[in-house]
Amino acid sequence: MGNKKLPQPNTSSTADIAFLLLIFFLLTTTMDTDTGITRRLPPPVDEDVEQKVEERNTLVVLVSYDNRIMCEGREIELWELKDIAKEFIENPNNSAKLPKKVPVTIDFFGEVEITKPHVISLQNDRATKYWRYMDVQNELIAAYNELRDELSLRTFGKAYADLDEPHQKAVAAYYPQKISEAEPKTY
Amino acid sequence: MSKFKKSKNDGVPELNMSSLSDIVFMFLFFFMSVTTMKEVDLKVVVDVPQATEISKLEKKSLVTYIYIGKPNQQNRARMGSETRIQLNDRFAEVDEIQDYIAQEKGSMKEEDQPFMTVSLKIDKDTQMGIVNDVKQALRKAYALKINYSSKRRDNTAQ
Repeated sequence: MGNKKLPQPNTSSTADIAFLLLIFFLLTTTMDTDTGITRRLPPPVDEDVEQKVEERNTLVVLVSYDNRIMCEGREIELWELKDIAKEFIENPNNSAKLPKKVPVTIDFFGEVEITKPHVISLQNDRATKYWRYMDVQNELIAAYNELRDELSLRTFGKAYADLDEPHQKAVAAYYPQKISEAEPKTY
Repeated sequence: MSKFKKSKNDGVPELNMSSLSDIVFMFLFFFMSVTTMKEVDLKVVVDVPQATEISKLEKKSLVTYIYIGKPNQQNRARMGSETRIQLNDRFAEVDEIQDYIAQEKGSMKEEDQPFMTVSLKIDKDTQMGIVNDVKQALRKAYALKINYSSKRRDNTAQ
């Protein structure tokens, strides 16, 4: 009786094959994660519908064709912008020139007065360079981030990034981000 | 006759290599799963601006890329040196963006479509005119979540 077994295949080469594949994927892998400034565009609107915003509630930031920054009717430097924006968003002294404060109920804070109707309107020329525009965007977002950080440190004793999600939401609601990237205009 | 036999083979015992392939396979699967093969070859030169307030882009499958910059050396003769838009592997005009977004959206799962993000990889010396046109096109295409791709800047180097 021939009780023949099937010959066992030689498996010593699987390691080599796997190594080859491994080296291939090692070389083609790009581990870099994409980073950037995330923004949300407003949905398309009809051309003739114009939103009415009170003058005290808007901060117009203009970036000219030669990359200079105009804010509230005067030329400013980039480093000034963050503080101007912060004061505008917070309106610490309840000034009549800065955005109106309205009472709002937010979790963890209860009823507070915040400058909810404020809008920062970012306008630019067609010839403005992209890097300048991004500098300005960056400063404006930095203003919001600093305010949120200060608030969360003051009330929760933690940085904004270390808060859990409901707390983060509450802080974000306290300083809602309202940057309007205006429709292009010709001057 | 002693009870303790001395081993005849005094050399170093050979290592068992059979688990080697398992280890290698584990590495292999790891790299296979993190590899993203869809890397378009850039036809435009994109040097993204620097920023400090940046966040990471999660979930690569939800991201669509739009590149804006000047054509690179190989394409300069054909396309000139004016700023151009690149979608996937070809040059495009602003009015093609809406179709492109619709097409990309269509290839996503339905439940993923609202989370679609458009990553704008724009060269830092681009003029805002073309960027505005692209933004308007994206608004019309209802691709509202965008990400201005930028590098991290050290605060000290400012």
